Amino acid sequence: MSLTLPAQTLACHECDLLQTEPALAPGQTARCVRCGAFLARNPPDSLDRTLALTLTAAILYVIANAWPLVGLEMQGRRVEVTLIGAVQALWSEGMTPVAALVFGTALLFPLLELAMILVVLIPLRLGRVSPRMAPFFRLVRSVQPWGMVEVFLLGMLVSLVKLSHMATVLLGPAFWAMAALILTVTLAGRAFDTRLLWQAPPAGAGA
Amino acid sequence: MRPALTAREAGLMSCHVCGQLARHACGAHLRCPRCHAPLHLRKPASISTTWALIVASAILFVPANLLPMMTTSSLLGTQRDTLMSGVVFLWHSGSWPLAAVVFFASVVVPLLKILALAWLTASVQRRSRRRLMQRARLYRLVEFVGRWSMLDIYVITLLVALVNFRGIATIEAGPAAIAFGAVVVLTMFAAMSFDPRLIWDPLAGPDDLARHD
Repeated sequence: MSLTLPAQTLACHECDLLQTEPALAPGQTARCVRCGAFLARNPPDSLDRTLALTLTAAILYVIANAWPLVGLEMQGRRVEVTLIGAVQALWSEGMTPVAALVFGTALLFPLLELAMILVVLIPLRLGRVSPRMAPFFRLVRSVQPWGMVEVFLLGMLVSLVKLSHMATVLLGPAFWAMAALILTVTLAGRAFDTRLLWQAPPAGAGA
Repeated sequence: MRPALTAREAGLMSCHVCGQLARHACGAHLRCPRCHAPLHLRKPASISTTWALIVASAILFVPANLLPMMTTSSLLGTQRDTLMSGVVFLWHSGSWPLAAVVFFASVVVPLLKILALAWLTASVQRRSRRRLMQRARLYRLVEFVGRWSMLDIYVITLLVALVNFRGIATIEAGPAAIAFGAVVVLTMFAAMSFDPRLIWDPLAGPDDLARHD
C-alpha cells in the first residue's frame, strides 16, 4: 500500500510561504523552497509500519517501567531502581517540583504519546475515520516535545560513570528495553505520514 | 517587488496542527474547518511572551549555577557540588568526554538558548531583513537541542535513588536542581512561543497587518 498523494497548495509552517506541494514518490521528502523547513514525507507503507513500530514500543515501554533500570552493589549491599522508584526517592526527599518534572518527561508524556498514536492509528487502519480523533492527534503534537526518554538514557550513562569508581554498577533489563524503545519510537516517527490523518482513506486500505 | 506570496498576504492562515489553509477574517476567533484547532495568523502575543520567558529563565540561570546541585554524605564527610564542580569532578576522574557532554548540555546549551532567543526576538522586533536564513536555521537548532539540557536533572534523580546506603553514603538533591529544572522548562516554552514566521514577515514590505494575532 504505497500511494502517491496528490499535489496541493500549502503554507510553510516556519516562513508562511505559499507553495505547491510536489507529488511525493514513496520515500521522498518535501522541504520549503524558501527556508528549507521540513514540509512532508511520503514514507512507504506508512500506516502499517507506524502501527507495528508503535505496538513494539508499547511493549518495550511496559518492560522499561516494570523491571529495574540500574543497580549498584557496595560492600555486599545492593540497591536497584526502577524509573518510578527513582521519582519516588526524589519526591520523598522534598524535591517535589523536580520529581514531578522527571515523572512527566520520562514516564507520563512518553506513555501519553504512545497511547494517543494508537488511539488514532488503529481506527484508521480498520478504515474507520472519524473527526472525533482530531483532538487526540492534537494532544500527540502538544505532548511530543516533552517526552525525553533519550535524554534520560544519556543521564543514566552519565550517573553510572560517576558511580563506577565507588561501587559495582549493574544494568537491569529495563535499561536495554529503554534503549530499544528509543530506537523504535524514532523509527515510528520517521515512518509516520501525518497527512494520512487528514485525508480520506484510500480505497482498499484496511476495511 | 515581491518574490513570492505568503499565506497572510493571500488572506489565508494555515492551521498549526494539520496545515489546512483557511480564509482570514478580522476579529473572529476561528477554528480549523478540518481539525477544529484554534486558528491564528501568527502565534498570539509571540514577542512579549517570548521576552517574558527569556527574562525569567535568565534570572533563574544564576541560582542554578551558584547554589549546590547535590550533597554527598559519606564516611569521608559531606561534599556540596554545584553544576560546574560536578563537571570538574567528571573531568578529573578521567571521563573527559562525559565531562564535555555534561558541560555542553547543562551550561552551554541553556546559555546559548537564552542568548539566541533574545537575539531572534530583538531582530524580529526591529523588523530586520538581514540574515534571514541564518536566523531560521538558528531557531531550528534552538528547538532541537533544548531538550538535552534536562540531562543533569536525570543524573541527579538517578544518583539520589541509587546512592542510598544508610551509614555508608547518601546523595541528596540541592536547591539548584529546582532552579535548573525551571530554566529548562521556561526556555522550552520560550522557544515554543516564538513564531519563526515573524522572521520572514518584513520581506512582505511595510504592511498594515503587523498585528501579531
